[in-house]
Amino acid sequence: MKQFELGTENLKIFSATVQELAERDKSVYVVTSDSRGSGRLVSFGDAFPDRIIEVGIAEQNLVGIAAGLASTGKIVFVVSPACFLTARALEQIKNDAAYSDNPVKVIGISAGVSYGALGSTHHAIHDFAALRAIHNIDIIAPADNFETQQAILAAAKTEHPVYVRLGKRPMEHLVDPETPFQIGKAIQIRDGSDVAFVACGETVYQAAEAAELLSTNGIQARVISMHTIKPLDRECLLKTARECKAIVTVEEHSIFGGLGEACASVLLQTGLSLPFKIVGIPDEYTITGKQLEIFSHYDISGKGLAGIAKSLLSKW
Amino acid sequence: MQRIEIQKKSIEYRKKILTYIKKANAGHTGGSLSCIDILNVLYNRILNVSPEKFSDPNRDRYIQSKGHSVEALYVVLADRGFFPESDLETLCQYQSHYVGHPTRKVHGIEQNTGALGHGLSISVGLAIAGKKDRLNYRVFTLLGDGELVEGSNWEAALTASHYDLDNLIAIVDRNALQITGKTKDVCNTEPLVQKFEAFGWLVQCVDGHDFDAMERTLQSVPFEKSRPSLLIANTVKGKGISFIENIANWHHKVPSDEQFDLAMKELEDT
Repeated sequence: MKQFELGTENLKIFSATVQELAERDKSVYVVTSDSRGSGRLVSFGDAFPDRIIEVGIAEQNLVGIAAGLASTGKIVFVVSPACFLTARALEQIKNDAAYSDNPVKVIGISAGVSYGALGSTHHAIHDFAALRAIHNIDIIAPADNFETQQAILAAAKTEHPVYVRLGKRPMEHLVDPETPFQIGKAIQIRDGSDVAFVACGETVYQAAEAAELLSTNGIQARVISMHTIKPLDRECLLKTARECKAIVTVEEHSIFGGLGEACASVLLQTGLSLPFKIVGIPDEYTITGKQLEIFSHYDISGKGLAGIAKSLLSKW
Repeated sequence: MQRIEIQKKSIEYRKKILTYIKKANAGHTGGSLSCIDILNVLYNRILNVSPEKFSDPNRDRYIQSKGHSVEALYVVLADRGFFPESDLETLCQYQSHYVGHPTRKVHGIEQNTGALGHGLSISVGLAIAGKKDRLNYRVFTLLGDGELVEGSNWEAALTASHYDLDNLIAIVDRNALQITGKTKDVCNTEPLVQKFEAFGWLVQCVDGHDFDAMERTLQSVPFEKSRPSLLIANTVKGKGISFIENIANWHHKVPSDEQFDLAMKELEDT
């Protein structure tokens, strides 16, 4: 079976990319809520002490200040744990960034269940659902180091608000670094037409693992990194639905309101029906454990996803 | 502009506020009437901003955190030539940009507001940007006194003094009423002066309907170097119309035909 080479944390790629951007462009700013350490931004702070604005533990104020800064033409990355940023400051994201169209780059760190055993207060499995219902903010969950770097570069250029969600686990390299990256354009990691995994963020690796396992059983699985949850790549999704026999969506998010339901909506409203399963965190008190233990518990693992795919195909 | 002229302007503004609220059959009557004299002084005496200058990076910024009193802002912006006053005929009508809270689709409006407790943080961001860019613009934000119960204001107040933002001036439209009743009965914010002073601000109080006093005070900002300034403007909700003044129920009540005629007559006789 193919082994994927291990890279580094997407967070570190994020901070290195922002630092490179800041070296070239004096308008790049970072705004943090006592989160420069967890955002891997200590080096940025040392290099550009005048361009890191520390707000303290006050997420509402954090996003409001970032919006004010961004309205003067600065490229502003606001960095805070996704669990607090997209819940406590949701109204500031909705009004001060999205509605006022201040192009804040909202960076949710340690997203999903990255904080694992710290419990549900520290989990962000609601962020896609909350932000999908807000007009004028793109939602990106990069899978690996390459997608992270590209997402940050693209976010810096975009003239509207964007949310990028990052985890803290060192990630395997999944995407060929020659692949063109565009917000809203999914990346196919592996071809196959028996079943397709449409995954995002740090679960794409588990989907790729599942595809490897399935291939040993003669089942060819396609793996799509749907790095942009909004705007969703409808074209890619519909092509996948037409060419594959079943679709499994995978996300580090509640099964409600995230990637899976976004895909289901497109498929159903296009009149496409095929065996379909949303895999994510179910609507329950999330189990305690490390990120990968939580993943495995909810079948977000190579073995778990391969089993789900086989079960779906058996109904086809 | 002489004192008599600015007083006359406020009377005209009040007539227009009532006219457009009446026409739209919607709006925030009490609060618009309490803050209109503040806006009059700001836009006609203090702010370095005009329709021609609105894209100038060094223009003064005005952020109306108490967005619901947008009718006051609309009539002043129209008077200052940001848009034809006739646009206000569409206030709150189907497909109009003249929404019941400020939006940037209207020329002259800096930020979309309306959800309370947002304007001060945005203003802090703008003030930090001014310092970073070494521009000498000032940022003025208007807060409601009921709005001050929103915790985000206090987060922003902390940051403003932490960063020595003497280019930031917050004005509280202290009309002492909110939709439910007296502000002190809903959730007492007193002693407001000491609270802001404890947060590192320099505070002054003024009669929010005394043009000379407001102009004098606002021309003296910052009240102290390296500190943010807070001006508590003591106002009367519904100011100018006897039967609207100091009645919480007029927060967003629209005058009847009879009340409208009576109000216009009172303003004519002022």
